[in-house]
Amino acid sequence: MDKFRMMFQFLQSNQESFMNGICGIMALASAQLYSAFEFSCPCIPEYNYSYGIGLLVVPPIWFFLLGFVLNNNVSMLAEEWKRPTGKRVKDPTVLRYMFVSITQRSLIAPMVWISVTLMDGKSFLCAFSVDLDIHQFGNSTLIEGMSEVEIITLLAKIPCKNIFDQPNVISREAASRYIKCISQAFGWFFLLLMTSAAFMIRAIRPCFTQAAFLKTKYWSHYIDIERKLFDETCKEHAKTFAKVCIQQYFESVSGEMRSLHKNRSSEDDSDNDDDDKKKGDKDKLLGIHAQDDMNKVLWNWHTCKPPLALRKEQPEGESREGLGPTGADSGPNGLANGHAHNDPKREWAVYYSKV
Amino acid sequence: MERLKLVLQYFQSNSESISNGICIVLALVSVKLYTSFDFNCPCIPQYNKLYALGVMFVPPLIFFFLGILVNRHTGVMMEECLRPIGKRSKNPAIVKYMFTAMMQRALLAPMVWILVTLLDGKIFICAFSRISNSDLSSHVHCNILSLSQKTTELLMAKVPCKEDMIFRNSTFRKAVSRYVRCYSQAIGWSILLLLILLGALGRLIKPCFDDHATNLQTRYWSNYLDIEQKLFDETCVLHCRDFARKCVVQFFEGMREDTVLRLPLSPEVRYNREEDMVDQEEERLHGITKQEQMDQLLETWFKCKPELDITKMAYRPRVCVTWEDHNGKTIYSDV
Repeated sequence: MDKFRMMFQFLQSNQESFMNGICGIMALASAQLYSAFEFSCPCIPEYNYSYGIGLLVVPPIWFFLLGFVLNNNVSMLAEEWKRPTGKRVKDPTVLRYMFVSITQRSLIAPMVWISVTLMDGKSFLCAFSVDLDIHQFGNSTLIEGMSEVEIITLLAKIPCKNIFDQPNVISREAASRYIKCISQAFGWFFLLLMTSAAFMIRAIRPCFTQAAFLKTKYWSHYIDIERKLFDETCKEHAKTFAKVCIQQYFESVSGEMRSLHKNRSSEDDSDNDDDDKKKGDKDKLLGIHAQDDMNKVLWNWHTCKPPLALRKEQPEGESREGLGPTGADSGPNGLANGHAHNDPKREWAVYYSKV
Repeated sequence: MERLKLVLQYFQSNSESISNGICIVLALVSVKLYTSFDFNCPCIPQYNKLYALGVMFVPPLIFFFLGILVNRHTGVMMEECLRPIGKRSKNPAIVKYMFTAMMQRALLAPMVWILVTLLDGKIFICAFSRISNSDLSSHVHCNILSLSQKTTELLMAKVPCKEDMIFRNSTFRKAVSRYVRCYSQAIGWSILLLLILLGALGRLIKPCFDDHATNLQTRYWSNYLDIEQKLFDETCVLHCRDFARKCVVQFFEGMREDTVLRLPLSPEVRYNREEDMVDQEEERLHGITKQEQMDQLLETWFKCKPELDITKMAYRPRVCVTWEDHNGKTIYSDV
């Protein structure tokens, strides 16, 4: 358990290593899936090839698409691609960089599957046993006596040890060894090709575009972080908005209740967030003290929700539209747009220093 | 668990030991891959040698490429090699040093694969089981010498394959296998001895030819380049975060419908933000607040690296204030 925790902490330390972690996990999953999968060649001439090649090609496609699905950056790429230009120019190199890095990561699990399949050799054996040159592995005299169809049926049975019934005609081990060798040779060659392609891209690239590369890396990272921070800011804002909205709602109902019970609201329940912490229990009740009042609050919350328009609290009889130092203690206040439409546009004062 | 943590901590202590650690991990992966790889000799005269030598030499090539790829210093070295001179002169000795270090590390895993292959012997037997008739007569006693050339070839090609019916429980096959395996192991041990001798000689004799002082300098500056690159990346990430935060906050504030007026600062009004946060954030932004500025910064980082002189920053002049009363007499002075 400790080991896993350490690994998770390390992997989550930054975005890149998190994605690399997911990539590694998928590669391991791919290898594990192959070893857990029970390969059973149909050993029928018409289906061998489709089964063998299908097993070689379809799971990699599936892993590739899964890589795209699991990668958060895909939606980021789509968003950046589709947005209107507006005030911020779109840089196609950044989009290209993001796409290339997503693709690179998604290609690792399919590569692992293909290499493991080729190294193991079973799928090649299944797919190509029918194409074997029978004279190389078989007893020529016995082969002459067999028809074309019989030969092909026999060849198709080579991958299946249990049902292969004519060891005198063809040496099954020799034939399967031969095909497995070809498969492994393909596997090693495939690995070499992939590694040298990666080498070309990674090690030789600095020869061409290093300065531009630094730029695109920075801005693609920036887009990612900006999106995350925007979501965080929205969440915080929503929390505060909701808090204030609910407070005002409680107060409005409590105000009604007070006027019903002929009470006057004495405290200025300011919607200043800082004061929340200093409020005592009494203030937290927001003026609702009786069961009936609370019932009314809850009933109205569903049947008649308050509008999404926060009101700026006004102490009675004072106008906040003055500009002099007396009006200065309002200061910029984080309450957002959409205040009640019948309020005139307020003027806020921003102060700057001459220093 | 504790041991593993200690080992990891040791390896992460500096960038050289990280590279060494990765190099060792690759070598271990190479050994594991060999043991888990199911070697399948084709036992056909034309293909034995080709296949066996392929398996002996292609994976080392793959490991070599991988060794260069996973090494962080490759990028640092390439950048140092290719950058324009700008304000900082280039020292070819540093690039050479980094190149040799990188090559040495990248060559370990391939050598391990080749040595393990030779010491194990399977691949050698597959490739070279076709020993000549003269060798056969002196070492192996049996009556296959009367067979034709072609048949002998076919037979010898099947020696690596134990399962074949011809060779079930055959002492001949075992003898030939043993013979070829001895050869293989002898070659393996000789190569290992040669490499270790070369390494030892190199270590002992190099100081006689090299200038130790220059060596120290080269090592220092190559380590410096590596650390500088890492710190630049980290600073970019931190800057990115603050840039984004300010951008988002600015965006939110820009969406307000209220008008904004500017007035001279009244002494009664104070912005009640925490001083610390402002200072820290502004410090991390370093005055870079526009896209064009950032682009220019990144381009200049590569095209014209700054000179290695931080005297101005280290000895930033402090403002000294002197307080005088209305007569000109000094009440207090920082000087």
